[in-house]
Amino acid sequence: MLVYFQIYLFIAFAAMAGFYAYRGYRRVYNNIMLGKSEDLNDNTTERFKNMLLVAFGQKKMFKNITPAILHMFIYVGFIITQIELIEVFIDGVTGKHRVIYHAVENIPFLKFIYVATISSIELISVLVFIATVAFLSRRFLIKVPRLNKPELKGFPVQDAAIILISEIYLLTCIFSMNTADMALHHGEYGFAVSGLLQHFLSNWDESSLHLLERAGWWGHYIGVLLLLVYLPYSKHLHILLAFPNTFFARLNPKGYISNMPEITKEIKLMMDPSAVPPPADANAAPVKFGAKDVMDLSWKNLLDAYTCTECGRCTSACPANQTGKILSPRKIMMDTRDRLEEVGSIVAANNGVWKEDGKSLIENGYISIEELRACTTCNACVEECPVMISPLDIIVQLRRNLVMEDSNAPAEWTGMFTNMENNGAPWQFSQQDRLKWIDN
Amino acid sequence: MQVKSYAEYAASGETPEVLFWVGCAGSFDQRAQKVTRSFVKILNHLNIKFAVLGSEESCTGDPAKRAGNEFVYQMLALQNIEVMNGYGVRKIVTTCPHCFNILKNEYPSLGGNYEVVHHTTYLQQLIDQGKIKLTDTNQFKGKRITYHDSCYLGRANEIYEAPRKVLEELDAELVEMKSCRTKGLCCGAGGAQMFKEDEPGKKRINIARTEEALETDAQIVAAACPFCNTMMTDGVKSFEKQSTVKVYDIAELIAAGQGLDTIQL
Ligand code: SF4
Ligand code: SF4
Repeated sequence: MLVYFQIYLFIAFAAMAGFYAYRGYRRVYNNIMLGKSEDLNDNTTERFKNMLLVAFGQKKMFKNITPAILHMFIYVGFIITQIELIEVFIDGVTGKHRVIYHAVENIPFLKFIYVATISSIELISVLVFIATVAFLSRRFLIKVPRLNKPELKGFPVQDAAIILISEIYLLTCIFSMNTADMALHHGEYGFAVSGLLQHFLSNWDESSLHLLERAGWWGHYIGVLLLLVYLPYSKHLHILLAFPNTFFARLNPKGYISNMPEITKEIKLMMDPSAVPPPADANAAPVKFGAKDVMDLSWKNLLDAYTCTECGRCTSACPANQTGKILSPRKIMMDTRDRLEEVGSIVAANNGVWKEDGKSLIENGYISIEELRACTTCNACVEECPVMISPLDIIVQLRRNLVMEDSNAPAEWTGMFTNMENNGAPWQFSQQDRLKWIDN
Repeated sequence: MQVKSYAEYAASGETPEVLFWVGCAGSFDQRAQKVTRSFVKILNHLNIKFAVLGSEESCTGDPAKRAGNEFVYQMLALQNIEVMNGYGVRKIVTTCPHCFNILKNEYPSLGGNYEVVHHTTYLQQLIDQGKIKLTDTNQFKGKRITYHDSCYLGRANEIYEAPRKVLEELDAELVEMKSCRTKGLCCGAGGAQMFKEDEPGKKRINIARTEEALETDAQIVAAACPFCNTMMTDGVKSFEKQSTVKVYDIAELIAAGQGLDTIQL
């Protein structure tokens, strides 16, 4: 009876988590799709290469060796712990104990593989533990500057703490489960780390050991499910989105900023006096230049926003931020994501239709004009980002909207535009004098 | 100085090897004009048949584009492309990384397809081909040079080595600043910042970069961009170091090394 109840509970938890997780991931997907379309499917070989090197191989992390190694432990740990989860799952739905082990225990070669696998999971888990403690202290004790900037106040710090603490929680569960199991079976499995730890439990009685084993087992399982549900609300979504994000990253040189085709059309009409403008389509949506809100950005910008790990490598490399300006490329990404969540919930509440809320991504507590103005387009943020995000791409699109839709530019820029239009240079010099340098 | 415009070449039925894109700074900014002249001295010395557009050249549109004014940018870009395509321009060399970037990366989809090289790469190629020979490198002996990476050459287009290779030809010690190559700190001029006041902050970006340059104890700060040049020159002045630390463009240093130009060290 109890066995069936356990199986029932196990499956019920999975179903519940599946339901909520589906809703969470679906929301993220729908929100990203609110962005403008942009075709990024060319050159798949290059794209796979980027994904393999940067997301899977963490290439860009290794510019900074200490966090790269610590992060590598957690990353590898995360991946290989999933193997143990397979057995947890089989045991859960069958109501048996260590199904895989018992299937292979009489086949020496496979048994060796099994024990080696679980042992390596245990060994890497020790490294994960060290890395997690190191990350917690970098953030909260040593206070590494990039992890203690104003934009992280509130939820972002909590989010980081939640993830790191749940990491420790999951490790505790795994070790409780394996150690108690080893103690119960007198070390029969031969796991590396729990084999050492079991001696601490040598004077525990059988029922306490059993209880500990079950607590670890269920705790681990439920923890993983909760994390799965939590992920789409967290910066830790990057563990999934880093892959598509690096795949779809733009392949042009970083200096390239796209040309707006709608403007090319207008200027060509202006330059060619014989051209007849196409009849205006009364039903066409008015053309909006640049981006004022998240749905004016490309879907890739929005995927960037959800992929951002809030690590702040961009911000600490940003020359404007380093010299005390309020611009922070990380905040550009965080604001984009926050505004997208807001827009997304309005759209969801109105059956998929956007209803104006009188706000936008510019100002309104999101990205301020002052921030946008301070960018030197130096690409340091783009270069630094370990998951190939471009905060600069968003900045440029918002600047376009300010300048072309609202004529909102500092006076010096307005003068510069006028000079460029009138005499083909940002300064007020006659175009006829462009060869004066010869005799100066 | 021998300078012929494309129009003059066209009139005589000749085709130049390369178009020298002077750019707005190179045309009008007094400091950058000197760089333009040094570069032309090198070209003249090697009898390279180059042309300029002169009064037919307009701003590439870079500052407008990066400030957000795509209209002004595309107006200028399409005009420039019309002029260049009219002359059948194939290859462009320019002393400005901003012009280089926009001509190379952004003009093609508007119909302007050219082979575009920055002057540091161009000089490196001439050195590699044995065409540039440095005879007057004595003046650089015992000096330290630090190269300031321009964002639009470096990160934007991954040109890190050419300027350094060129500088290695001078008999000086090349030293790196704290942040260099991919991590190079911006001078503060890009993205049309050159043309407006800074937003409020602790200090100006060029001051931060100049601090890094001064930390190297170099006597020469080598620039490869007219705007970096201005920013670093201003920075050095604000520390009142202009008598001991000089900011020069790589073209000026090479022209001096060839004995075509005199510079103060
Ligand atoms: S491109 Fe702009 S936001 Fe990015 S690092 Fe440079 S100045 Fe900062
Ligand atoms: S944009 Fe990239 S570098 Fe910046 S915080 Fe996000 S993940 Fe880190």
